[in-house]
Amino acid sequence: MPILGIMASSISGSKSSSYESIASVTATGVETQLTFSSISSTYTHLQIRGIARYSVAGGTDDNLYMRFNGDTGSNYPTHWIDGNGSTVSAANIAPWDRMLIGKITAGSAGANMFGACIIDIHDYASTTKNKTVRHIAGDDMNGSGDVWLGSDLWMNTSAINQITMFCSGIFASGSTFALYGIKG
Amino acid sequence: MLQVQPSPFTESKDNMATTYEKIATTTLSSAAASIDFTSIAGTYTDLRLVIVGKYTSAGGNTRIVFNSDTSSLYSSTRIAGDGTSASSDRLTAQANLRLNFDGNSTTIPDLLTVDIFSYAGSTFKTSLITSSEDKNGSGSVIRTVGLYRSTTAITSITINLSSSTMAAGTIATLYGIKAA
Repeated sequence: MPILGIMASSISGSKSSSYESIASVTATGVETQLTFSSISSTYTHLQIRGIARYSVAGGTDDNLYMRFNGDTGSNYPTHWIDGNGSTVSAANIAPWDRMLIGKITAGSAGANMFGACIIDIHDYASTTKNKTVRHIAGDDMNGSGDVWLGSDLWMNTSAINQITMFCSGIFASGSTFALYGIKG
Repeated sequence: MLQVQPSPFTESKDNMATTYEKIATTTLSSAAASIDFTSIAGTYTDLRLVIVGKYTSAGGNTRIVFNSDTSSLYSSTRIAGDGTSASSDRLTAQANLRLNFDGNSTTIPDLLTVDIFSYAGSTFKTSLITSSEDKNGSGSVIRTVGLYRSTTAITSITINLSSSTMAAGTIATLYGIKAA
């Protein structure tokens, strides 16, 4: 199971701002997971921006998932609202082993179509609070697709130092996630 | 039509670009049918467009066009709440990317944001759009995913309306976000 990991790079140079790029990772077409590791506690919040596509044929879209610190315990309850172009649905999942971020395009979608997401991770370095996450994600394929709003909880007070993005199989080449730090 | 030319990229002393920086902004001093951001460099990873819109007549909707391309390459899927119910629908094969659906107001500004991912890349361009329009008794909150089915890098963005004009005081700002 190929997994691509990238060590969070430290910002070089002396210029600083309140919104900094920490690291980015791009799939080559063989990875089942894309991981940011060794995330420092320098910032107040984190944000992930990305485009992604699931490479296996069989459907036009599929789920994108996220996990913290390699924790595969049932510690992630999730709520979401989904619009699929005709109906709206809202649901929740009792604590699960992953966060459900939303839909990304899959192998049967038209060429060059990718889903996108923006994920905000609040107070990620706290060692006294569980971690709350919010996200917007979506994929449009000119006639199908979903737009997705969600909120997740990681029931763990550890500081987040690793974030893993994964889907139901292999990320298509060109899928990319960028991690940003926001200072308070 | 108002055309906004991004200022030349200025390197800092340590030759490092800021991760999130303003490319160009405009505040209308008089009504305009459209606002153009042109000559957008491929320097960044994503773009973020923020509009605080006021309009000279009610109704109509705000749209954007990339690279002056008005062929039927735009589509979108949205979810909306109008204070009473939630709904979802989509537009296919459009000549522009629609940002709001509730009808513009002459008195209450709306807030529209558009995150355009991998705008300089060679895949189709996906956007995540927010529309926030509370009118003290009516209004809507809308989230949209949009697609522009072109592999060409985006170098210009035009904001225009389905009818009417943007009023003085409308603000449009384009930001660039750069990944490591």
